[in-house]
Amino acid sequence: MSDPKDFVAVVDSDARRTPRRIAFITKRTSPQVRVKDEDRVMTYPEVFFRAVVAIEVLAIALVVTSLLWDAPLEGLADPMHTPNPAKAPWYFLGLQELLHYFPPVVAGVLIPGLVVMALIIIPYFNINVEAEGLWLRDKARRLRIFGIVVVVFCIFLSVFDVWVALVPTVIVAAFMFLAAQTDPQTAQGFRRWLVKKPLSFWIMTWFLFELIVLTAIGTFFRGPGWSWVLPWRGSY
Amino acid sequence: MAKTIDHLVDQVRENRVWRSIFRSGTGDSNLHRSLFVQQNVFLHLFSIKARKRTLEFSATWYLGALTFGTFLILVITGILLMLYYHPSVPQAYADMKDLQFVVSSGVFLRNLHRWSAHAMVFLVFAHMFKVFYRGAYRTPREFNWVIGVVLLLVTLLLSYTGYLLPWDQLAFWAVTVGSNIASAVPLMGSKIRFLLLGGTAVNANALLRFYVLHCVILPLAAILFIAIHFWRIRKDGGIYPGESPAEGSAK
Repeated sequence: MSDPKDFVAVVDSDARRTPRRIAFITKRTSPQVRVKDEDRVMTYPEVFFRAVVAIEVLAIALVVTSLLWDAPLEGLADPMHTPNPAKAPWYFLGLQELLHYFPPVVAGVLIPGLVVMALIIIPYFNINVEAEGLWLRDKARRLRIFGIVVVVFCIFLSVFDVWVALVPTVIVAAFMFLAAQTDPQTAQGFRRWLVKKPLSFWIMTWFLFELIVLTAIGTFFRGPGWSWVLPWRGSY
Repeated sequence: MAKTIDHLVDQVRENRVWRSIFRSGTGDSNLHRSLFVQQNVFLHLFSIKARKRTLEFSATWYLGALTFGTFLILVITGILLMLYYHPSVPQAYADMKDLQFVVSSGVFLRNLHRWSAHAMVFLVFAHMFKVFYRGAYRTPREFNWVIGVVLLLVTLLLSYTGYLLPWDQLAFWAVTVGSNIASAVPLMGSKIRFLLLGGTAVNANALLRFYVLHCVILPLAAILFIAIHFWRIRKDGGIYPGESPAEGSAK
């Protein structure tokens, strides 16, 4: 009783020649399949519901703020009477602080222009896309390059007396060079985290730090004639 | 009681007129939930499903949604404020005083618009840095990041043009400081400033220009780019799920 088989079992990886596959499940293996796709939820209602709740919480917070604090309104605009200091909206006060040190073409045009350009090219910046720790490869050469860049930049800021921008630069640079001196396998969590950071992280963190410091100084610490004041002394 | 309400709602949704407008129909299967999103011109900017991981608070802090929330509040309060506002000198300032003393809830309306505007600028920056530190700008999402940068600039311009409209000392001198920077552009600085202000100084022409920019041109630009921004989230594979795609657990 020899039943002729209507198939021939071969081992082949070309799907065009052997389009039919048979999976042999032996006793020891289970027919489980590793799920590659992760948990998904329906956008309606799950995502919309969460977004609406988030927006409602924000709306309540803003309504409460509006009930408690009134928006500022000063006297009628008078071109003949300049207030001292005349301040731009708060999000431009970082730039106005820089205007105090640099000529308008630098602080008002060149720097914001470069910032916008830098923001646009971030995702097209190769070092950034690879997201490799700055010091993990080619360390000696990079130390030389970034050491020179940081020193030259600090000298430049000192020449223009921009101490308020120099301090954040020095702090971020200190952490950057601390990362350079760190063994990637160190047991210290924070330093191990630092050493994995790519160049883009250092640039963006420096930018964020400068943005916060300069905006805060322009908003709270500058008074008549753009002189230093303490916010709680309240001359503004 | 709840059953009666459910029944009534179902009856409305099965109604011929209702069905002609909203085609997803009654029932709450996943098919209906999909159709609810897919068959709506506004909602179909979003994907039908989302990774559960991306909905956790730590993933986004909901900063994008919150920014959009402030924008909605600003559109609504802005339209209401337009009903009481004349973009002319010195009537604009008198309208501020009317909001304060004559219009019901006028102060509240203006407060909400102003604080929401500040919140929006803050949230746009926060959203940008959050996206950066998560690495969510990387391929294939790089162009959506660029649109985000455009939206940041539109937001700043919206806030800046709105700053002049109360026509008080604060507004006038803030805009004077800002527009003087424009004249520092090499070669065509004074021309740019003239174009922006409609004159050589901040005056009634500048107020009208800022009003048109603030109420028509920039909001339209914002709506357009927000729509593209949302649509690109779907096209680029949903909200960025995080650095290391979790190995799906065996089920």
